[in-house]
Amino acid sequence: MTKPESEWTWKELPVGNVVLEPGNASQYRTGDWKTLKPILNRELCIHCGLCYIFCPDMAYNLNEESYFIADLFYCKGCGICAKECPTGAITMVLEEEEK
Amino acid sequence: MAKRVGMEVSIAAAEAVKQANVDVVSAYPITPQTHIVEHLSELVANGEMDAEFFCVESEHSALSVCVGSEATGARSFTCTSSQGLALMSEITYIASGLRLPIVMVISNRTLSAPLSIWNDHSDVMSIRDCGWIQVFTENGQEVYDHIFIAYRLGEDRNVLLPVIVNMDGFILSHVIEPIELLEQEKVDQFLPPYQPLHRLHPDRPITMGAFALPSIFAETKKAQEVALRSSEPKVLETWKAFGDLTGRYYHPVETYRAEDAETLLVTMGSFGETASVAVDMMRDEGRPVGLIKIRLWRPFPFDEFKKASLKAKQLVVIDRAISVGGPGGIVASEVKSAIYGDEPRPSVYNFAAGISGRDVTPSDFIRMVDKAEIEIEEGNKEGYEIYGVRE
Repeated sequence: MTKPESEWTWKELPVGNVVLEPGNASQYRTGDWKTLKPILNRELCIHCGLCYIFCPDMAYNLNEESYFIADLFYCKGCGICAKECPTGAITMVLEEEEK
Repeated sequence: MAKRVGMEVSIAAAEAVKQANVDVVSAYPITPQTHIVEHLSELVANGEMDAEFFCVESEHSALSVCVGSEATGARSFTCTSSQGLALMSEITYIASGLRLPIVMVISNRTLSAPLSIWNDHSDVMSIRDCGWIQVFTENGQEVYDHIFIAYRLGEDRNVLLPVIVNMDGFILSHVIEPIELLEQEKVDQFLPPYQPLHRLHPDRPITMGAFALPSIFAETKKAQEVALRSSEPKVLETWKAFGDLTGRYYHPVETYRAEDAETLLVTMGSFGETASVAVDMMRDEGRPVGLIKIRLWRPFPFDEFKKASLKAKQLVVIDRAISVGGPGGIVASEVKSAIYGDEPRPSVYNFAAGISGRDVTPSDFIRMVDKAEIEIEEGNKEGYEIYGVRE
């Protein structure tokens, strides 16, 4: 999407509201739905990748240091990663508190 | 020369679908639409028509298949009646919202209860606001003609809307009428192959029917509303082109002996022909009565209607459906909206008649005009009643 949908006028919409750009869901920020965000304690992380596997939004990516880190642009804060983490390395914290 | 043959109107409708080179037929049989589907299935089974015929389990699926096939760029057709249309109604809104130019014939029939197979307009009126272009026909020839017109119109890049062709169940669907069949070359000349603007194709992925948040839904509806409203010039253009080809010219609002009329009957559908006989009978007695027939129901032709009606003293609107608990007849309600802003304007007396197929003869039309004129004379200028009900 070239601009946020809240800026489109009725005249600019494609006929039938067809989405012409394949895969543009990746441009949609689901990250602002969350209240809690996952924080990783690297001391406890064993790089098992269960957070990556269970994340329903595929928000987790492997970084250069071999840690799985949630992309907060997509992470909805569901907490499944924290629940599944076998070593308790992930904690969910209120976004605003963390600031 | 075009061939003029005696043919059941439903069969003629199916023949038109064949001649229109429809790719996909998906329909579920229901009285009184059955003969159209039956004949189409025969045509496909016999190899006379190169189309996919989908035997579906319900009308909801029938139109859903058409939405899918039309989305891939296949010219699609369905037809139904009454309860079938009610079951399909959910998808009617989707077809227009996705701007898919499906064509549907409705053999108009009463909605239950009580269960009835006979004709009135309560079925199509239940989806009045579904966003399709909607036309009403008076006879078999018009049904046949309007199928070609519907495809060319709906598929026009400046329109892209589905089209409903209404024909009165039994009164039209099951009678044998003289039909002038078009030569295939003429059909092909009038109706070019469908060139969809957007279609589902694996090589060029798009999404149809995506979710819309409140932040964009109103804009979408506005675009759809403007598309339907502004389709009227295209309707006129298409009717003109069809007239030039066949000599049969159609208009959004048609009049019969209306020029100097003080009282105008207003009808929609097959009522028109009977009412014109009644008008002749009344004219023979020297009564200044004429007739307005509404052909284009959506988009409603406000300007044409005003032009045809404003000079009269009174309009006698004959509805074939009732807005229960509302203003009475649905057409009358629309007619009142159309002329509300004008002064002076005619009084509108409204009858619901022919409900569930009860015969309405020329003398019934005369009785309605008599009654309306007396009521209006006595000051009941905007009356409404169901005609012929035993007290």
